[in-house]
Amino acid sequence: MGKLLVEDKTIVTPGEELAEGMDFLPAEGTFRDKDKIIASGLGLVNINGRVIKTIPVAGRYAPKKGDTIIAKVTNILMSGWILDIGSAYSAVLSVKEAKDFIRRDEDLTRYYNIDDYIVTNIVMVTSQKLVDASMKGPGMRKLIGGRIIKVNSNKVPRIIGKKGSMVSMIKNATDCSITVGQNGIVWINGSPENEIIVVKTIKKIEQEAHISGLTDRIKTFLEKETNKKINIEKVE
Amino acid sequence: MNREQKDYILNFLEKGIRFDGRKLDEYRPIKIETGFSENAEGSARVIIGDTIVLAGVKLSVEEPYPDTPDKGTMMINAELMPLSSPDFEPGPPAIQAIEIARVVDRGIRESGSIDTKKLCIKKEEKAWCILIDICTLNDDGNLLDASALAVIAALQDTKMPSYNGKVVDYKKKTKETLPLNLKKIPTSCTVSKIGNHFIVDPVPEEEEKVEARLTVEVEEDGTLCALQKGGDKPLTAEDIDKIVGIGIEKSKELRKFL
Repeated sequence: MGKLLVEDKTIVTPGEELAEGMDFLPAEGTFRDKDKIIASGLGLVNINGRVIKTIPVAGRYAPKKGDTIIAKVTNILMSGWILDIGSAYSAVLSVKEAKDFIRRDEDLTRYYNIDDYIVTNIVMVTSQKLVDASMKGPGMRKLIGGRIIKVNSNKVPRIIGKKGSMVSMIKNATDCSITVGQNGIVWINGSPENEIIVVKTIKKIEQEAHISGLTDRIKTFLEKETNKKINIEKVE
Repeated sequence: MNREQKDYILNFLEKGIRFDGRKLDEYRPIKIETGFSENAEGSARVIIGDTIVLAGVKLSVEEPYPDTPDKGTMMINAELMPLSSPDFEPGPPAIQAIEIARVVDRGIRESGSIDTKKLCIKKEEKAWCILIDICTLNDDGNLLDASALAVIAALQDTKMPSYNGKVVDYKKKTKETLPLNLKKIPTSCTVSKIGNHFIVDPVPEEEEKVEARLTVEVEEDGTLCALQKGGDKPLTAEDIDKIVGIGIEKSKELRKFL
Protein backbone atom coordinates (compact mmCIF):
# COMPACT_ATOMS: atom_id res chain seq x y z
CA MET A 1 0.00 0.00 0.00
CA GLY A 2 1.38 3.37 -1.02
CA LYS A 3 1.80 6.37 1.17
CA LEU A 4 0.75 9.97 0.58
CA LEU A 5 3.50 12.46 1.40
CA VAL A 6 1.43 15.65 1.07
CA GLU A 7 -2.03 16.72 2.08
CA ASP A 8 -4.79 17.67 -0.32
CA LYS A 9 -4.77 21.33 -1.46
CA THR A 10 -1.26 22.18 -0.31
CA ILE A 11 0.99 24.20 -2.58
CA VAL A 12 3.87 22.20 -4.02
CA THR A 13 6.95 23.18 -6.02
CA PRO A 14 8.43 21.28 -8.99
CA GLY A 15 10.39 18.24 -7.86
CA GLU A 16 8.49 17.76 -4.63
CA GLU A 17 7.59 14.14 -3.84
CA LEU A 18 3.83 13.70 -3.58
CA ALA A 19 3.33 10.01 -2.97
CA GLU A 20 5.09 6.68 -2.75
CA GLY A 21 3.91 3.37 -4.13
CA MET A 22 2.55 2.04 -7.38
CA ASP A 23 -1.12 2.27 -6.45
CA PHE A 24 -1.22 6.06 -6.99
CA LEU A 25 -1.60 7.39 -10.51
CA PRO A 26 0.11 10.55 -11.83
CA ALA A 27 -2.17 12.98 -13.70
CA GLU A 28 -1.61 16.54 -15.00
CA GLY A 29 1.35 18.38 -13.53
CA THR A 30 2.93 15.25 -12.03
CA PHE A 31 5.06 12.34 -13.24
CA ARG A 32 6.22 8.98 -11.96
CA ASP A 33 9.84 8.31 -11.10
CA LYS A 34 10.22 4.64 -10.15
CA ASP A 35 7.75 4.22 -7.30
CA LYS A 36 7.38 7.91 -6.48
CA ILE A 37 5.03 10.52 -7.84
CA ILE A 38 6.70 13.91 -8.28
CA ALA A 39 5.24 17.35 -9.03
CA SER A 40 6.35 18.90 -12.32
CA GLY A 41 4.84 22.34 -11.78
CA LEU A 42 4.02 24.87 -9.09
CA GLY A 43 0.45 24.46 -7.95
CA LEU A 44 -2.16 23.11 -5.59
CA VAL A 45 -2.26 19.36 -5.06
CA ASN A 46 -5.53 17.72 -5.92
CA ILE A 47 -6.02 14.14 -4.74
CA ASN A 48 -9.00 12.34 -6.17
CA GLY A 49 -9.03 8.74 -4.98
CA ARG A 50 -5.86 7.23 -6.43
CA VAL A 51 -5.30 10.01 -8.94
CA ILE A 52 -2.93 12.83 -7.99
CA LYS A 53 -2.62 16.03 -9.99
CA THR A 54 -1.50 19.62 -9.45
CA ILE A 55 -3.61 22.60 -10.44
CA PRO A 56 -1.32 25.38 -11.64
CA VAL A 57 -1.60 28.78 -9.89
CA ALA A 58 0.30 30.67 -12.60
CA GLY A 59 1.91 30.13 -15.97
CA ARG A 60 1.00 30.31 -19.60
CA TYR A 61 -1.73 28.36 -21.28
CA ALA A 62 -1.02 24.73 -22.13
CA PRO A 63 -3.16 23.53 -25.05
CA LYS A 64 -5.51 20.69 -24.27
CA LYS A 65 -7.72 18.61 -26.56
CA GLY A 66 -11.33 19.78 -26.53
CA ASP A 67 -10.62 23.33 -25.34
CA THR A 68 -12.57 26.13 -26.99
CA ILE A 69 -10.17 29.02 -27.34
CA ILE A 70 -9.85 32.41 -28.99
CA ALA A 71 -6.92 32.55 -31.38
CA LYS A 72 -5.33 35.12 -33.63
CA VAL A 73 -4.40 34.32 -37.23
CA THR A 74 -0.69 35.02 -37.65
CA ASN A 75 0.12 33.44 -41.00
CA ILE A 76 -1.51 31.83 -44.01
CA LEU A 77 -0.25 28.56 -45.45
CA MET A 78 -0.98 26.79 -48.73
CA SER A 79 -3.55 24.67 -46.97
CA GLY A 80 -4.51 26.44 -43.81
CA TRP A 81 -3.81 29.10 -41.20
CA ILE A 82 -1.31 29.41 -38.37
CA LEU A 83 -2.91 30.56 -35.14
CA ASP A 84 -1.43 32.28 -32.12
CA ILE A 85 -3.16 30.62 -29.17
CA GLY A 86 -1.41 32.54 -26.39
CA SER A 87 0.75 29.54 -25.57
CA ALA A 88 4.33 28.52 -26.23
CA TYR A 89 3.06 26.55 -29.22
CA SER A 90 1.09 27.72 -32.22
CA ALA A 91 -1.86 25.88 -33.69
CA VAL A 92 -2.71 25.01 -37.28
CA LEU A 93 -6.17 25.30 -38.72
CA SER A 94 -6.37 23.26 -41.91
CA VAL A 95 -8.73 24.23 -44.78
CA LYS A 96 -10.44 20.88 -44.27
CA GLU A 97 -11.39 22.02 -40.78
CA ALA A 98 -12.85 25.37 -41.91
CA LYS A 99 -16.59 26.03 -41.66
CA ASP A 100 -17.35 25.74 -45.38
CA PHE A 101 -15.86 23.65 -48.14
CA ILE A 102 -12.97 25.61 -49.66
CA ARG A 103 -11.93 24.92 -53.25
CA ARG A 104 -8.30 24.24 -54.03
CA ASP A 105 -7.44 27.56 -55.70
CA GLU A 106 -9.36 29.91 -53.46
CA ASP A 107 -7.93 32.94 -51.69
CA LEU A 108 -7.74 31.94 -48.04
CA THR A 109 -7.68 35.55 -46.81
CA ARG A 110 -11.37 35.75 -47.78
CA TYR A 111 -12.14 33.43 -44.91
CA TYR A 112 -9.69 34.34 -42.16
CA ASN A 113 -7.09 37.02 -42.71
CA ILE A 114 -3.95 37.81 -40.75
CA ASP A 115 -4.75 39.56 -37.43
CA ASP A 116 -8.32 38.21 -37.37
CA TYR A 117 -9.47 36.68 -34.10
CA ILE A 118 -11.44 33.44 -34.27
CA VAL A 119 -13.21 31.20 -31.80
CA THR A 120 -11.90 27.73 -32.44
CA ASN A 121 -11.70 24.28 -30.95
CA ILE A 122 -8.57 22.25 -30.27
CA VAL A 123 -9.05 18.80 -31.77
CA MET A 124 -5.63 17.33 -31.29
CA VAL A 125 -2.43 17.95 -29.34
CA THR A 126 0.40 15.54 -30.15
CA SER A 127 3.15 14.60 -27.74
CA GLN A 128 5.38 16.96 -29.73
CA LYS A 129 2.86 19.72 -29.03
CA LEU A 130 1.66 20.09 -32.59
CA VAL A 131 -1.77 21.60 -32.11
CA ASP A 132 -4.63 21.15 -34.57
CA ALA A 133 -7.66 23.41 -34.46
CA SER A 134 -11.08 23.10 -36.02
CA MET A 135 -13.96 25.44 -36.85
CA LYS A 136 -16.50 22.61 -36.99
CA GLY A 137 -19.19 22.70 -34.37
CA PRO A 138 -21.51 25.30 -32.83
CA GLY A 139 -20.14 28.65 -31.73
CA MET A 140 -16.95 28.50 -33.79
CA ARG A 141 -16.69 31.74 -35.71
CA LYS A 142 -14.68 34.75 -36.73
CA LEU A 143 -14.97 37.61 -34.24
CA ILE A 144 -16.08 40.90 -35.73
CA GLY A 145 -15.86 44.18 -33.81
CA GLY A 146 -15.52 44.29 -30.06
CA ARG A 147 -12.35 44.17 -28.09
CA ILE A 148 -9.93 41.51 -26.93
CA ILE A 149 -8.45 41.36 -23.44
CA LYS A 150 -6.00 38.86 -22.06
CA VAL A 151 -6.20 37.27 -18.63
CA ASN A 152 -4.30 34.55 -16.82
CA SER A 153 -5.58 31.30 -18.33
CA ASN A 154 -5.50 29.60 -14.91
CA LYS A 155 -8.20 32.01 -13.72
CA VAL A 156 -10.57 31.25 -16.60
CA PRO A 157 -12.68 28.76 -14.56
CA ARG A 158 -13.36 31.53 -12.02
CA ILE A 159 -14.38 33.99 -14.73
CA ILE A 160 -16.80 31.47 -16.19
CA GLY A 161 -18.04 30.32 -12.79
CA LYS A 162 -20.05 27.22 -11.96
CA LYS A 163 -21.95 26.25 -15.10
CA GLY A 164 -21.23 29.68 -16.52
CA SER A 165 -22.90 31.52 -13.64
CA MET A 166 -20.30 34.27 -13.30
CA VAL A 167 -20.07 35.14 -16.97
CA SER A 168 -23.83 35.09 -17.44
CA MET A 169 -24.19 37.41 -14.45
CA ILE A 170 -21.82 39.89 -16.12
CA LYS A 171 -23.65 39.49 -19.43
CA ASN A 172 -27.02 40.17 -17.84
CA ALA A 173 -25.78 43.16 -15.90
CA THR A 174 -24.05 44.85 -18.83
CA ASP A 175 -25.84 43.63 -21.98
CA CYS A 176 -22.47 42.85 -23.55
CA SER A 177 -21.69 39.73 -25.52
CA ILE A 178 -18.72 37.98 -23.93
CA THR A 179 -16.78 34.97 -25.15
CA VAL A 180 -14.18 33.50 -22.82
CA GLY A 181 -11.54 31.28 -24.39
CA GLN A 182 -9.89 28.57 -22.29
CA ASN A 183 -6.56 30.16 -23.20
CA GLY A 184 -7.37 33.35 -21.30
CA ILE A 185 -8.30 35.51 -24.26
CA VAL A 186 -11.67 37.19 -23.75
CA TRP A 187 -13.74 38.93 -26.41
CA ILE A 188 -16.21 41.61 -25.35
CA ASN A 189 -18.68 43.48 -27.49
CA GLY A 190 -21.25 46.02 -26.36
CA SER A 191 -21.71 49.72 -25.78
CA PRO A 192 -18.54 51.63 -24.83
CA GLU A 193 -19.54 52.34 -21.20
CA ASN A 194 -20.60 48.77 -20.54
CA GLU A 195 -17.51 47.28 -22.12
CA ILE A 196 -15.37 49.24 -19.68
CA ILE A 197 -17.40 47.86 -16.78
CA VAL A 198 -16.89 44.33 -18.12
CA VAL A 199 -13.12 44.85 -18.39
CA LYS A 200 -12.99 46.20 -14.83
CA THR A 201 -15.06 43.28 -13.54
CA ILE A 202 -12.95 40.64 -15.25
CA LYS A 203 -9.73 42.23 -13.96
CA LYS A 204 -11.25 42.22 -10.47
CA ILE A 205 -12.14 38.53 -10.74
CA GLU A 206 -8.64 37.76 -11.98
CA GLN A 207 -7.10 39.56 -9.00
CA GLU A 208 -9.41 38.20 -6.34
CA ALA A 209 -10.02 34.70 -7.71
CA HIS A 210 -8.46 32.99 -4.71
CA ILE A 211 -10.42 34.90 -2.02
CA SER A 212 -13.67 33.26 -0.99
CA GLY A 213 -17.03 34.95 -1.44
CA LEU A 214 -16.09 36.03 -4.95
CA THR A 215 -19.56 35.85 -6.48
CA ASP A 216 -21.11 38.12 -3.84
CA ARG A 217 -18.33 40.65 -4.14
CA ILE A 218 -18.60 40.72 -7.92
CA LYS A 219 -22.38 41.07 -7.62
CA THR A 220 -22.14 44.13 -5.37
CA PHE A 221 -19.40 45.55 -7.60
CA LEU A 222 -21.57 45.15 -10.70
CA GLU A 223 -24.60 46.61 -8.92
CA LYS A 224 -22.57 49.65 -7.94
CA GLU A 225 -21.14 50.12 -11.43
CA THR A 226 -24.36 49.64 -13.37
CA ASN A 227 -26.86 50.94 -10.77
CA LYS A 228 -28.99 47.88 -11.42
CA LYS A 229 -30.31 45.20 -9.11
CA ILE A 230 -28.97 41.79 -9.97
CA ASN A 231 -30.67 38.52 -9.17
CA ILE A 232 -28.47 35.48 -9.25
CA GLU A 233 -29.90 32.07 -9.66
CA LYS A 234 -28.10 29.77 -7.28
CA VAL A 235 -26.27 26.98 -9.04
CA GLU A 236 -25.85 23.99 -6.81
CA MET B 1 -9.83 43.92 -38.46
CA ASN B 2 -7.57 46.96 -38.50
CA ARG B 3 -10.07 49.27 -40.19
CA GLU B 4 -12.81 47.91 -38.03
CA GLN B 5 -10.76 48.65 -34.93
CA LYS B 6 -10.36 52.26 -35.98
CA ASP B 7 -14.11 52.78 -36.37
CA TYR B 8 -14.48 51.04 -33.07
CA ILE B 9 -12.12 53.42 -31.28
CA LEU B 10 -13.68 56.41 -33.06
CA ASN B 11 -17.07 55.25 -31.82
CA PHE B 12 -15.69 55.45 -28.30
CA LEU B 13 -14.19 58.89 -28.83
CA GLU B 14 -17.48 60.22 -30.26
CA LYS B 15 -19.03 59.50 -26.87
CA GLY B 16 -16.21 61.35 -25.15
CA ILE B 17 -14.67 58.32 -23.48
CA ARG B 18 -11.51 56.43 -24.16
CA PHE B 19 -10.75 52.81 -24.81
CA ASP B 20 -10.01 52.27 -21.11
CA GLY B 21 -12.70 54.54 -19.69
CA ARG B 22 -10.67 57.72 -19.25
CA LYS B 23 -11.63 61.18 -20.48
CA LEU B 24 -10.00 62.38 -23.70
CA ASP B 25 -7.49 64.61 -21.92
CA GLU B 26 -6.85 62.47 -18.89
CA TYR B 27 -3.53 60.87 -18.01
CA ARG B 28 -3.33 57.49 -16.36
CA PRO B 29 -2.01 57.53 -12.77
CA ILE B 30 1.58 58.79 -12.74
CA LYS B 31 4.19 57.73 -10.21
CA ILE B 32 7.78 58.94 -10.03
CA GLU B 33 10.46 57.34 -7.89
CA THR B 34 13.96 58.82 -7.75
CA GLY B 35 17.26 57.41 -6.59
CA PHE B 36 16.50 54.15 -8.24
CA SER B 37 20.02 53.10 -9.21
CA GLU B 38 22.95 52.99 -6.78
CA ASN B 39 25.63 53.38 -9.40
CA ALA B 40 24.16 56.24 -11.37
CA GLU B 41 24.66 59.81 -10.21
CA GLY B 42 20.93 60.34 -10.60
CA SER B 43 18.09 58.08 -11.59
CA ALA B 44 14.34 57.91 -11.73
CA ARG B 45 11.61 55.45 -12.57
CA VAL B 46 8.39 56.75 -14.04
CA ILE B 47 5.23 54.67 -14.11
CA ILE B 48 2.30 55.87 -16.19
CA GLY B 49 -0.41 53.22 -16.03
CA ASP B 50 1.49 50.10 -17.07
CA THR B 51 4.23 51.97 -18.91
CA ILE B 52 7.50 51.90 -17.00
CA VAL B 53 10.57 53.92 -18.00
CA LEU B 54 13.88 54.15 -16.20
CA ALA B 55 16.32 57.03 -16.70
CA GLY B 56 19.86 57.27 -15.37
CA VAL B 57 22.38 60.11 -15.33
CA LYS B 58 26.14 59.51 -15.45
CA LEU B 59 28.73 62.28 -15.24
CA SER B 60 32.24 62.27 -16.60
CA VAL B 61 34.97 64.85 -17.12
CA GLU B 62 35.78 65.36 -20.79
CA GLU B 63 37.42 67.88 -23.04
CA PRO B 64 34.81 70.40 -24.24
CA TYR B 65 33.96 70.64 -27.94
CA PRO B 66 36.13 73.17 -29.80
CA ASP B 67 33.12 75.33 -30.82
CA THR B 68 31.89 75.62 -27.22
CA PRO B 69 35.13 75.67 -25.23
CA ASP B 70 33.50 77.04 -22.06
CA LYS B 71 30.51 74.72 -21.87
CA GLY B 72 29.80 71.24 -20.64
CA THR B 73 27.90 68.80 -22.81
CA MET B 74 24.80 66.67 -22.55
CA MET B 75 23.94 63.50 -24.40
CA ILE B 76 20.75 61.45 -24.30
CA ASN B 77 20.42 57.90 -25.45
CA ALA B 78 17.25 55.86 -25.43
CA GLU B 79 16.98 52.12 -25.58
CA LEU B 80 13.75 50.26 -26.26
CA MET B 81 14.36 47.02 -24.43
CA PRO B 82 12.98 43.89 -26.13
CA LEU B 83 11.51 42.86 -22.77
CA SER B 84 9.21 45.87 -22.78
CA SER B 85 7.20 45.02 -25.89
CA PRO B 86 6.99 42.21 -28.44
CA ASP B 87 7.57 44.83 -31.16
CA PHE B 88 11.03 45.82 -29.97
CA GLU B 89 14.05 43.91 -31.23
CA PRO B 90 17.59 43.86 -29.90
CA GLY B 91 20.28 45.52 -32.01
CA PRO B 92 21.03 49.05 -33.15
CA PRO B 93 18.50 51.68 -32.00
CA ALA B 94 15.30 51.81 -34.01
CA ILE B 95 13.80 55.01 -35.42
CA GLN B 96 11.41 55.21 -32.49
CA ALA B 97 14.26 55.08 -29.96
CA ILE B 98 16.19 57.77 -31.81
CA GLU B 99 13.10 59.96 -31.89
CA ILE B 100 12.50 59.62 -28.16
CA ALA B 101 16.11 60.48 -27.37
CA ARG B 102 16.16 63.46 -29.72
CA VAL B 103 12.85 64.93 -28.62
CA VAL B 104 13.73 64.69 -24.93
CA ASP B 105 17.17 66.10 -25.69
CA ARG B 106 15.73 69.01 -27.65
CA GLY B 107 13.34 69.98 -24.88
CA ILE B 108 16.08 70.18 -22.28
CA ARG B 109 18.64 71.78 -24.58
CA GLU B 110 16.38 74.48 -26.03
CA SER B 111 14.80 75.37 -22.71
CA GLY B 112 18.25 76.15 -21.37
CA SER B 113 17.35 74.48 -18.11
CA ILE B 114 20.91 73.21 -17.64
CA ASP B 115 23.46 76.00 -17.20
CA THR B 116 26.15 74.35 -19.32
CA LYS B 117 28.64 77.17 -18.63
CA LYS B 118 28.72 76.14 -14.97
CA LEU B 119 29.63 72.62 -16.05
CA CYS B 120 32.95 73.87 -17.40
CA ILE B 121 35.83 73.17 -15.02
CA LYS B 122 38.67 74.65 -17.06
CA LYS B 123 38.15 76.40 -20.39
CA GLU B 124 39.13 74.35 -23.45
CA GLU B 125 40.39 71.54 -21.23
CA LYS B 126 37.89 70.08 -18.82
CA ALA B 127 34.12 70.12 -18.49
CA TRP B 128 31.47 67.85 -17.08
CA CYS B 129 29.69 65.71 -19.64
CA ILE B 130 26.17 64.58 -18.73
CA LEU B 131 25.23 61.21 -20.16
CA ILE B 132 21.58 60.30 -19.82
CA ASP B 133 20.23 56.86 -20.60
CA ILE B 134 16.57 56.11 -21.06
CA CYS B 135 15.56 52.51 -20.74
CA THR B 136 12.03 51.24 -21.23
CA LEU B 137 10.92 48.46 -18.91
CA ASN B 138 7.36 48.11 -20.15
CA ASP B 139 5.60 49.70 -23.09
CA ASP B 140 1.92 50.36 -22.56
CA GLY B 141 1.86 53.47 -24.72
CA ASN B 142 3.10 57.03 -24.39
CA LEU B 143 6.80 56.29 -24.02
CA LEU B 144 7.65 59.85 -25.11
CA ASP B 145 6.04 61.63 -22.16
CA ALA B 146 7.18 58.98 -19.71
CA SER B 147 10.78 59.26 -20.93
CA ALA B 148 10.74 63.06 -20.72
CA LEU B 149 9.43 62.93 -17.15
CA ALA B 150 11.98 60.28 -16.17
CA VAL B 151 14.89 62.30 -17.54
CA ILE B 152 13.82 65.48 -15.77
CA ALA B 153 13.31 63.61 -12.50
CA ALA B 154 16.70 61.92 -12.85
CA LEU B 155 18.43 65.25 -13.55
CA GLN B 156 16.87 66.75 -10.43
CA ASP B 157 17.99 63.72 -8.44
CA THR B 158 21.61 63.98 -9.63
CA LYS B 159 24.40 64.54 -7.09
CA MET B 160 27.84 65.44 -8.39
CA PRO B 161 30.57 62.88 -7.64
CA SER B 162 33.71 64.16 -5.93
CA TYR B 163 36.47 65.30 -8.28
CA ASN B 164 40.01 66.11 -7.18
CA GLY B 165 41.20 67.64 -10.45
CA LYS B 166 42.49 64.38 -11.86
CA VAL B 167 40.13 61.49 -11.22
CA VAL B 168 36.43 61.32 -10.46
CA ASP B 169 35.55 59.26 -7.40
CA TYR B 170 32.13 57.87 -8.25
CA LYS B 171 31.81 56.14 -4.88
CA LYS B 172 31.84 59.48 -3.07
CA LYS B 173 28.88 61.67 -3.89
CA THR B 174 28.92 65.32 -2.87
CA LYS B 175 25.81 67.28 -1.90
CA GLU B 176 26.18 69.47 -4.94
CA THR B 177 23.47 69.17 -7.57
CA LEU B 178 23.55 69.94 -11.28
CA PRO B 179 23.30 73.62 -12.25
CA LEU B 180 19.62 73.44 -13.15
CA ASN B 181 17.32 76.36 -13.70
CA LEU B 182 14.17 74.93 -12.15
CA LYS B 183 11.89 77.55 -13.69
CA LYS B 184 12.99 76.58 -17.18
CA ILE B 185 12.66 72.85 -16.80
CA PRO B 186 10.44 71.59 -19.63
CA THR B 187 7.55 69.18 -19.35
CA SER B 188 6.51 67.24 -22.39
CA CYS B 189 2.94 66.47 -23.36
CA THR B 190 2.17 64.52 -26.50
CA VAL B 191 -1.24 65.17 -27.98
CA SER B 192 -2.49 62.67 -30.57
CA LYS B 193 -5.15 63.19 -33.18
CA ILE B 194 -7.58 60.41 -34.14
CA GLY B 195 -10.37 61.53 -36.45
CA ASN B 196 -11.37 64.93 -35.13
CA HIS B 197 -10.46 64.12 -31.56
CA PHE B 198 -7.42 65.09 -29.57
CA ILE B 199 -6.23 62.72 -26.88
CA VAL B 200 -3.31 62.55 -24.46
CA ASP B 201 -1.51 59.52 -23.09
CA PRO B 202 -2.68 56.89 -25.62
CA VAL B 203 -2.59 53.16 -24.91
CA PRO B 204 -1.08 50.88 -27.60
CA GLU B 205 -4.48 50.14 -29.16
CA GLU B 206 -5.01 53.85 -29.67
CA GLU B 207 -1.39 54.53 -30.64
CA GLU B 208 -1.79 52.23 -33.64
CA LYS B 209 -4.66 54.34 -34.93
CA VAL B 210 -3.11 57.76 -34.32
CA GLU B 211 -3.15 59.87 -37.49
CA ALA B 212 -0.90 62.65 -36.25
CA ARG B 213 0.71 63.64 -33.00
CA LEU B 214 2.49 66.68 -31.71
CA THR B 215 4.78 66.71 -28.69
CA VAL B 216 4.60 70.04 -26.89
CA GLU B 217 7.34 70.92 -24.45
CA VAL B 218 6.78 73.96 -22.26
CA GLU B 219 8.60 75.77 -19.49
CA GLU B 220 6.96 76.67 -16.21
CA ASP B 221 5.65 80.06 -17.42
CA GLY B 222 4.12 78.48 -20.53
CA THR B 223 6.92 79.33 -22.96
CA LEU B 224 7.18 76.76 -25.73
CA CYS B 225 10.65 75.27 -25.99
CA ALA B 226 10.24 72.40 -28.41
CA LEU B 227 7.73 70.76 -30.74
CA GLN B 228 7.86 67.47 -32.53
CA LYS B 229 5.34 66.27 -35.10
CA GLY B 230 4.78 62.59 -35.79
CA GLY B 231 2.30 60.43 -37.67
CA ASP B 232 1.35 60.25 -41.34
CA LYS B 233 -1.42 62.84 -41.64
CA PRO B 234 -0.94 66.61 -41.71
CA LEU B 235 -2.12 69.03 -39.02
CA THR B 236 -3.88 72.29 -39.83
CA ALA B 237 -3.02 75.60 -38.15
CA GLU B 238 -6.18 75.35 -36.01
CA ASP B 239 -5.22 71.83 -34.98
CA ILE B 240 -1.82 73.05 -33.81
CA ASP B 241 -3.43 75.92 -31.90
CA LYS B 242 -5.69 73.49 -30.10
CA ILE B 243 -2.92 70.98 -29.41
CA VAL B 244 -0.57 73.60 -27.98
CA GLY B 245 -3.44 74.79 -25.78
CA ILE B 246 -3.99 71.27 -24.45
CA GLY B 247 -0.24 70.79 -24.06
CA ILE B 248 0.19 73.92 -21.94
CA GLU B 249 -2.83 73.01 -19.83
CA LYS B 250 -1.64 69.45 -19.23
CA SER B 251 1.94 70.45 -18.51
CA LYS B 252 0.74 72.22 -15.37
CA GLU B 253 -0.62 68.89 -14.20
CA LEU B 254 2.58 67.03 -15.05
CA ARG B 255 4.71 69.63 -13.30
CA LYS B 256 3.09 68.77 -9.98
CA PHE B 257 4.81 65.38 -10.07
CA LEU B 258 8.31 66.84 -10.36
